[in-house]
Amino acid sequence: MNDQNLEKYKPNWFQQLLDYMNLKINIIGFNTINYVESIGKAGIVLFIAMFHKPNFRKSFPLLLKQIYSVGVLSLPIILAASFFIGMVLGLQGYTILVKYGADQTVGQLIALSLVRELGPVVGALLFAGRAGSALTAEIGHMKATEQLASLEMMGIDPIHRVVTPRFWAGFYSLPLLTLIFNVVAIWGGFLVAVGWLGLDSGSFWSNMSAAVNFQEDVINGIIKSVVFGFVVTWVALYQGLEALPTSEGISMATTRTVVYSSLLILALDFVLTAIMFGGLA
Amino acid sequence: MKRHHSLDFVVGLFVLAGIFAFLLLALKVSGLQDFSSVLGKDDTFVLKANFSNIGGLKPRSRVTIGGVNVGRVKNISLDSQNESYDAVVEMTFTPDVANKIPDDSTAGIRTAGLIGDNYIAITPGASENYLKSGETIVETNSALVLEDLISKFVFSKTSGTDADSEAPVAPASNAPSKNSKEDK
Repeated sequence: MNDQNLEKYKPNWFQQLLDYMNLKINIIGFNTINYVESIGKAGIVLFIAMFHKPNFRKSFPLLLKQIYSVGVLSLPIILAASFFIGMVLGLQGYTILVKYGADQTVGQLIALSLVRELGPVVGALLFAGRAGSALTAEIGHMKATEQLASLEMMGIDPIHRVVTPRFWAGFYSLPLLTLIFNVVAIWGGFLVAVGWLGLDSGSFWSNMSAAVNFQEDVINGIIKSVVFGFVVTWVALYQGLEALPTSEGISMATTRTVVYSSLLILALDFVLTAIMFGGLA
Repeated sequence: MKRHHSLDFVVGLFVLAGIFAFLLLALKVSGLQDFSSVLGKDDTFVLKANFSNIGGLKPRSRVTIGGVNVGRVKNISLDSQNESYDAVVEMTFTPDVANKIPDDSTAGIRTAGLIGDNYIAITPGASENYLKSGETIVETNSALVLEDLISKFVFSKTSGTDADSEAPVAPASNAPSKNSKEDK
C-alpha cells in the first residue's frame, strides 16, 4: 500500500516541479518582454519630445521656466561641490607630486582631471540627484493627480506641453553647469595650491595651459556633458511618465531615476573615454 | 509680470555664466591664443620635412623658431614610394612667418626637458630665397632617441678599446642632412 502511494505521489511531485519551473520561465519571459517594451516606450517619448515642431512664441517661456528650475536651482550644489573637489585635488596632487619634485605640475593635474573626467561625470551625477529626481517626482505627481489626463481632455498633448520643455532644459543646462563646475573647481584648486601651499602662480597657469588642449580636452569634456544631460533627462522624464500613480510608485520611480542615470553616466563615461582618449576609433 | 521678468534675468545670468566659463576654459586654461586654429583656417602656409626617425612626435605637436611657437604639426605619414621609408611631417604655420622661412633652414626634432614632449625646432638659414607653401625643408635632424644613445654608450663600454669600429651598430640617426642625400 505504501508503494502504491509512492507510485501515485511521484509523478505528482515531478509535475509540481515542472509547473514551478514553467512559471519561473514564464516570469523571465514576461519580464524580458516588459523590459523591451519599456525601452520602446522610452524611445517613443524621446522621439515625440525631440522632433516636435516647436512654436517658439509659445514654448520659449515654458523652456525658460524649466531652465530656471532645472539649471539655475542646481547651481548652489554644483558650485559648492566643485569648489571642494577642486581644493581636494589641489591638496592631494600637491602632497603626492611634491615627493617627486614635480609640484609645479599641480595645475596641469587639476585642470586635466577636471576637464576630462571629474567635471562632466560628477556634474552629471549631482545633476541626476538634484534635477533628475525632481523632474521624475514632478511628472509622477502630475500623473498621479491626473493633471496629465486633464491636459489631454482639453486637447493639449501632455508630452509637448510638459515633457518637451523639460527635456530641452536638461539638455541645455547640464553642459552649462559642467562648464561652471570646471571653472569653479580650477579656481578652488588654485586657491589651495597657490594661496595656501605657496606654489608659483605663473608656473601653475602656464603648465596648465601648456598641457590642456582646447579641442582634445575642453571640447571632448563638453561633448561628454551633452551626452550625459541627454541621458539623465531622458531617464528622468520617462520614469516620471511611467510611475505608478501612488505615493509609493512615485518614490520608487524617483529612486530608479537616480540609480539608472548614475549607472548609465558611469558606463557611458567609460565608452566615451575609450573613444576619445583611449586611441580607439 | 514682474516675477516673469526676473526669471528671464536669472536664466540669462545663468547662460552668461556658462559662456563666461567656456571662455575662461578656452583662453586661460587651455591657453588658446589664435582662434584661427580652432576654425581650421591655418592651412594657408604649409611646409613639409622628411625625417628618418620622428621619435615621439605627434600631430598637433609644436613647431618653434628660436623657442617661439610658430605653428603645429598637421599630419605625419610614411613616404613608402621612393624606398627611403622616411616620415613625412606636414607643418602649418601662423601667418606672421608665412613665406619668411629661408630655403636653407634646418628642421630638427627636439625634446622638451628630459622626458617631455617632442617638438620641431626650425633654425633659419641665411639664404635670400624663401620657401613657398607646400615645399619641403631639406635639411633635417631626426629625433634623439634615448634608447639609441644608451645602447651606443653601453656598446662602447663593453667592447673596450675598439669602440670606434663597433659604434656604427647603433643607427647614426642624428647625422645632419642625411635625408638630403637620400632624397636625391
